Amino acid sequence: MAAAVVIGGSAGALDVLRMIVRELPQSLACPVVIVIHLPPHPSGLAELLGADTSLTVKQVEDKEPIVGGTIYIAPPSYHLLMESRDSFALSVDPPVHFSRPSIDVLFETASDVYRAGLVGVLLSGASEDGAAGLHEIHAAGGTTIVQSPLSAEVAIMPAAALALFEPTYVWSPNEIASGLTQLLSRRSS
Amino acid sequence: MRLDISESEISQLLEIIYRRYHYDFRQYATASLKRRLQQALTHFQCATLRQLQDRLLKDESAFPRLLEYLTVQVSDLFRDPEFFLAVRQQVVPLLATYPSLKIWVAGCSTGEEAYSYAILLAEEGLLERSRIYATDINDQSLRKAQKGVYALDRMKQFTMNHRGAGGHGSLSDHYHAVQDSAVMSPTLKQRITFADHSLATDSIFSEVQLVSCRNVLIYFDRTLQDRALGLFNDALCRRGFLCLGTKESVRFSAYAQRFQELSGEQRIYRRVD
Repeated sequence: MAAAVVIGGSAGALDVLRMIVRELPQSLACPVVIVIHLPPHPSGLAELLGADTSLTVKQVEDKEPIVGGTIYIAPPSYHLLMESRDSFALSVDPPVHFSRPSIDVLFETASDVYRAGLVGVLLSGASEDGAAGLHEIHAAGGTTIVQSPLSAEVAIMPAAALALFEPTYVWSPNEIASGLTQLLSRRSS
Repeated sequence: MRLDISESEISQLLEIIYRRYHYDFRQYATASLKRRLQQALTHFQCATLRQLQDRLLKDESAFPRLLEYLTVQVSDLFRDPEFFLAVRQQVVPLLATYPSLKIWVAGCSTGEEAYSYAILLAEEGLLERSRIYATDINDQSLRKAQKGVYALDRMKQFTMNHRGAGGHGSLSDHYHAVQDSAVMSPTLKQRITFADHSLATDSIFSEVQLVSCRNVLIYFDRTLQDRALGLFNDALCRRGFLCLGTKESVRFSAYAQRFQELSGEQRIYRRVD
């Protein structure tokens, strides 16, 4: 059963992310949590993605309760952590791989909470952030999806993950968008 | 891969730290704490929390180093310039109506936030009637804060922050450069009292007009957040000001009804009565 989806990306990830969000089913039961590296200013990412879906899209506040069927975005300049199945937490601990928010921090803490119930997705990016976190999701029995390096605008991030372990799926953006939706419908039915 | 540590090992360690060293981390948010403990394990070259625990019991010098991992925060002068601009524009005119001012910077770490307030108050002509209490649980951080010495190469960023915060004049009016360090001016230091205080175990020590506690509550669980907000509520004078970090709020706390927003976006609140 997919209990939560976490998605990470950096350079070249935005278009893919929008494709994914557009395809997410209206009946989505689990939370979807996103870390995209952004410059440290208030971002319009939540509004941008909100226009692509009728699901609620919001930037996370500290200790915000986690609600299924909602898309959550990490706020700029804070790490986003999953504290439990009920709530998020934020931190201003030092950047990881030069990034805050860091994908590794979200993936590792989410894996601690959801174990095999977690689906992790790593997209295009010019950093190695996220590879170690996705590896942890894999090791805990979760489902892992890596954007195929050939389809990625910047292949460093997906390639770093593939150098560490063999993920459940290596997919193109189209395959991710449709495959993730199928995965969620199948597992939540 | 990170070293695997369980919640029960963590709570056992925190219990020992509390009993032996009287620091209470038992109601800290788990996810951040766990990450910091994992980093500490690497530093201490321990494979398990049990080994670290043994080390703490045998070696008194280990604890201060662990405390660094558990508490230290890096901040900037005028971090979040828009926040300080809002304080300057919306709060200072009201603070100016008090004959004397007390400000509490809770969780001051190495002092950047406290000096930012002192500079702002100096620029607004209020410093001479102000006392800033800056508190933290980490003695080593407090000693650094008291010294008020920061790397000179950080001043470029701080100067930009200061400008964004609506600063009058130059930031360099408030420090002098000694080799590659910036030493904060004695006029500022005279107005700041740095003191050891724990939001988890201590009570209030003075009535204040403004409490600033930014990016500290994110490390607490909701019970401890409520305790801290209760202290702030009790310490604040009627209609006093509470400043939180830009992603923190009183909304999910037991004190949601006790504070009203003055600036929603900058998380500046006023005590309701």
